[in-house]
Amino acid sequence: MFQDILITGLVNGGVYALLAVGFSLIFGVARIVNIAHTAFYMLAAYLVYAFLNIAGLPLLVSVILAVGLVTALSMVCYKLVIEPVREYESAVLIATIALALIFQESLLLTFGGNFLGSPTLIAGNMDVAGVRVTYQQLLTIVVVALVLAGTWFLLHKTRLGLAIRATANDLEVANLMGMNVGRIAMYTVAISVALAAIAGVVVAPLFVVDPLMWLAPLVTMLAIVVLGGLGSLKGSLIGAFIIAYVEAITVFTVPAGSFLKGAVALSIMVVVLLIRPEGLFGVAFEEER
Amino acid sequence: MRRRMRAVLVAVSAAAALMVTTTQAAEKPIKIGIIGPMAFVQGENHWAGAELARDEINKAGGIKVGSQKHPIEIVKVDSNEIQSVPDATNAMERALTQDKVDFVIGGFRTEAVLAMQDVAMDYKKIFLGVGAAHEQLGLRVQQNYDRYKYWFRIAPIKSGDLGKVLFAGLGAIAAQIRNDLGKPVPKVAIVAEKAVWVESIVKAAQDNLPKMKMEVVGVWQPSPVATDVTAELSAIRRAGADLVFTAISGPVGIVMGRQMGELQIPAIPFGINVEAQKEGFWQATAGKGNYVSTLDTYGEGVEITPQTLPFVNAFKKRFGKPPTYTASTYDAMYALRAAVETAGTIDADKLVPVLEKTDLVGAAGRLVFDKLHDPVFGPGYVTGLAVQWQDGKKVAFWPNNWNGVTYKGVQTFKIPPQMMQKKN
Repeated sequence: MFQDILITGLVNGGVYALLAVGFSLIFGVARIVNIAHTAFYMLAAYLVYAFLNIAGLPLLVSVILAVGLVTALSMVCYKLVIEPVREYESAVLIATIALALIFQESLLLTFGGNFLGSPTLIAGNMDVAGVRVTYQQLLTIVVVALVLAGTWFLLHKTRLGLAIRATANDLEVANLMGMNVGRIAMYTVAISVALAAIAGVVVAPLFVVDPLMWLAPLVTMLAIVVLGGLGSLKGSLIGAFIIAYVEAITVFTVPAGSFLKGAVALSIMVVVLLIRPEGLFGVAFEEER
Repeated sequence: MRRRMRAVLVAVSAAAALMVTTTQAAEKPIKIGIIGPMAFVQGENHWAGAELARDEINKAGGIKVGSQKHPIEIVKVDSNEIQSVPDATNAMERALTQDKVDFVIGGFRTEAVLAMQDVAMDYKKIFLGVGAAHEQLGLRVQQNYDRYKYWFRIAPIKSGDLGKVLFAGLGAIAAQIRNDLGKPVPKVAIVAEKAVWVESIVKAAQDNLPKMKMEVVGVWQPSPVATDVTAELSAIRRAGADLVFTAISGPVGIVMGRQMGELQIPAIPFGINVEAQKEGFWQATAGKGNYVSTLDTYGEGVEITPQTLPFVNAFKKRFGKPPTYTASTYDAMYALRAAVETAGTIDADKLVPVLEKTDLVGAAGRLVFDKLHDPVFGPGYVTGLAVQWQDGKKVAFWPNNWNGVTYKGVQTFKIPPQMMQKKN
């Protein structure tokens, strides 16, 4: 059972990490709670499905187009929907909820409520430490590792990354130092949504594509970022694996309660909020932030 | 002379007016609300089955009420019940008060149908259920007849009867495992989504399977909307299950089928998997759902009654895909027509005793209601089918010599090749 938990937690934790890191990034930089984050993930999954199965485009082209289009759309959405109300956190929250619902209903109208399936990128499976995993799952782990390494590189080794980190550290000072914080916020939204889009195209062949597929990961992702600390990338990464392992342990130790894995994740979130509101690696909310 | 002319003109005008009124009365349609989640396959099939019946009945002149024939008008009522139960009750209320439908047919999700049933009963309107299996819907008729007598279930058979079909199917598959793999006591993993309707099935399975010489190795209850069950499948594989007994209505049924195929889990999935009943299942699992088997209502090429194949073929010709069980709105429309024509009225109170005496050979079987207004289950009545996905086609394999019942068109159940490594 131990190796089952180890492998299952690793695979699921990787997908969660992709989503949570993006969500945390945009909150850390611009204090934007983007509820539509997983709706962008859903949109990417739909696009890759449509390009592959309806338009008949090659796989790589479909993936690149899906990620590119969703990222571009996020920048448009930022300009039209988020930026005008950016100063008001509750308005941003409501605006992004509305955005997610618009995506959901648009997909429902376009594709219907049918459940769709994308072909696996690499077919087949193998046994790892006695646990059977598909090549698609292994590919997911590799992609997650590469993307997270790329994100780290971008944030720590480039000028844009430096600007993003400076803005995250202190938005007002960054502004006073002459940085265009609005533009940095937009770039951060794009990077954050690109991470969600990559998660979408990677998991589309693992999961089922449907217009409500954004809801379940949203809840899990919120639990992860609260656990790890809102705005903390390291926290999100560690939080993702903690939640994934807790879910795996729940399924393996309480089989009849496997539906509870989401509830267990939320319970952890509530406990963390009560004991350490800033999360495991979060920065305490200070008035000037 | 002029006065006489005027009198003639008045008489002609009055006669013409009377004729117009009479013609309008004769053409006044009977309005039937078809309620279901219209953006989803279940609702699409509700509507498609009703459309087919409406066109056939109207082509034959409509429904005869007393001496006059009335055409049928069907009204599409989107309950959105998969996403929201309050939406469903609002839709039912709107159909009854604004659209002023005379009857309602449809419903899918038990939680929503229970709520919609109450609304229909408040207005004393006949509600023919096509979609929800929970026993409570019928028990209400027994517990409070005066209030709930307007409810009749057309399809599917109630969950207790579904259980009987499940165990009959399981027995047939277990016999094949014993025979082909030489395993005297097949191991069964129960995978039931966490929902009200599965409770009695899970309990019955835990009680009955040991009596049927099968060993229950565990019960897994994922969420109906879970997107990943690899953890559950790893545990099931480790438990050495030969059969995965499913009770699933949500999209987790697709995930289950697909991931079992991808991970080559050496076990046979059989039970209720609503998503596997749909034509889109093969695509949704990206072709990985081979050997997944489930209960169903219709099967291509399977003749349950003389009405089955004409209905299935006409449905496929018109809509480009075979019907799923919520297309039993077709049988519901014919049951309603028979009752109205016998009673000579659309008055609900007068129709109830006539509907209770229904004996109709429909596309899904012979429809007769019991005291709970549920369809009578068993040989000679409604039995349902068990089907298996075999290389992209849904093939019916049960009933095959069950209590003397073998439907024309049933084929052999196939054991997945990865199971053969378990051969003793």
